[in-house]
Amino acid sequence: MTVSRGFRIVLRALTVVALVVIYAPLALVVLNSFNTNKSFAWPPTGLTLHWWGAAARSDGARAALLVSVEVALIATAVSLVLGTMAALALQRHRFFGRNAVSLLIILPIALPGIVTGIALNNAFRTVFGWELGFATIVVAHATFCIVTVFNNVQARLRRLGGNLEEASMDLGAGTVTTFRLVTLPLLRSALLAGGLLAFALSFDEIIVTTFTAGAREQTLPLWIFNNLFRPNQAPVVNVVAAVLIVASIVPIVLAQRLSGAQSEGLAGAR
Amino acid sequence: MAATTGTSGLLHRRPALRAGLLLAPPMLWLGVAYLGALAALFVTAFWAQNSFTGDVERTWTLANFHDLVTIGVYRTIALRTLAIALLVTVVDAVIAFPVALYMAKVASPRVQRLLVVAVLMPLWASYLVKAYAWRGMLGTGGLVSDLLKPFGLDTPGYGLTALVVTLAYLWLPYMVLPIYAGLERLPGSLLEASADLGARNGTTLRRIVLPTVFPAFVAGSIFTFSLTMGDYIAVRIVGGPNQMLGNVVYDNVGAANNLPFAAAVATVPVVVMLVYLAAVRRTGALESL
Repeated sequence: MTVSRGFRIVLRALTVVALVVIYAPLALVVLNSFNTNKSFAWPPTGLTLHWWGAAARSDGARAALLVSVEVALIATAVSLVLGTMAALALQRHRFFGRNAVSLLIILPIALPGIVTGIALNNAFRTVFGWELGFATIVVAHATFCIVTVFNNVQARLRRLGGNLEEASMDLGAGTVTTFRLVTLPLLRSALLAGGLLAFALSFDEIIVTTFTAGAREQTLPLWIFNNLFRPNQAPVVNVVAAVLIVASIVPIVLAQRLSGAQSEGLAGAR
Repeated sequence: MAATTGTSGLLHRRPALRAGLLLAPPMLWLGVAYLGALAALFVTAFWAQNSFTGDVERTWTLANFHDLVTIGVYRTIALRTLAIALLVTVVDAVIAFPVALYMAKVASPRVQRLLVVAVLMPLWASYLVKAYAWRGMLGTGGLVSDLLKPFGLDTPGYGLTALVVTLAYLWLPYMVLPIYAGLERLPGSLLEASADLGARNGTTLRRIVLPTVFPAFVAGSIFTFSLTMGDYIAVRIVGGPNQMLGNVVYDNVGAANNLPFAAAVATVPVVVMLVYLAAVRRTGALESL
């Protein structure tokens, strides 16, 4: 862009300020996990590893982490299958109601989480007669994770076009063989990017989870929220928070390694 | 020919069958688990609640909507929620645009990649962690009051200002990323042409850049708007005694155990979002989500 020097400097300054504001709270959480003061007095009175030890011994946090990972893995698997199927159908076929279908897939993230939450809560309990628990969390999470996979796969299919698949068919491969040997390998990085987003979405979700978890199951966000306002638990919660911040670098690095997947993956992020 | 025998051949010859088979599982899942649930919820909004037993009575009534409109508290809360959603969206758009513009049109490719990561990273850090961090910063004696002291100011404390700040912070990446993607697609030649024809930076921005990336703003605003409309957690962490629509829904499902009224309240954000989605469909914003 033919941007004048002055304007360029202004833009750079604004970007730097924005980044400082984005990262200051996160840095503060990490710093506070070493704070000797239980109520996070500013500036920290001293540094300690005590809370990290306490967090490592916290059974509640560990159990909740396990539930969160299990839920996110299953929900991601379900949304990978359903999202890919929907994307293939919509991108490779023209039919009546195509727009309605894509709207239906977007709807679970376009509507506020609390609406999805109470709608599913009501349906699970009164319509299906299920008891709330692990399975209902998975069903709820998969419902709003489908869209991330769908978006990524659809963008990839649009870019690829249908030539390679047609060539495969012309050479005598059937629909199933073509999918297995041609389409699927081409989709791999899009599936990985979509899957990563789905995992992150599920792992971090709290609003829909609140309404679909029931009394027995606790995911990590629910555990954090339940312990946030307990003075004795607050430092441990802070350590868990710091771990989550540091751990969030992993999926980002992974996504970056997938060349080309990144620019499609962005938009589906939520 | 091998391709035309068996299942595979049948699928090849009948594209409609193939599309149907591909669509059936996701549509069953979303149709039954999601649309069905939504429909059941909104039917409930027209039912009554027995005030003695707390049971839902399946008699048709508009009482819940009547309460929602006539009781002043709910009207205030609904308007407050809308105003906050609007404010958060505007704040995010104003902050996101220069950042996205720098990322897309000024930064070198290497810096560009790094900035995308830098903006994305907080999306993966937990929502609660971030809201909680702002609670610490906005508290008395926190970082914000320390920083503002030299200017003779103090932290706004927990309340609506803190809530807008926190929500705008939480949803900022959802606004930056679509705008960045939109700006990246904008050809540089268009900007050069504008400059060659004598337009200054401001004119190019106003007449070329902003109109072309408008759908991206709309795509970002769908997120910031919807996420704010449904929030009831950030307001409990930094919002002080204030309530949003989400809190009313939450309290009526939980403590008050009045699902019909909760459902009626929940129709407000749904109607707002559906009207908004319908209004922006023409801009092509839904494709840039």
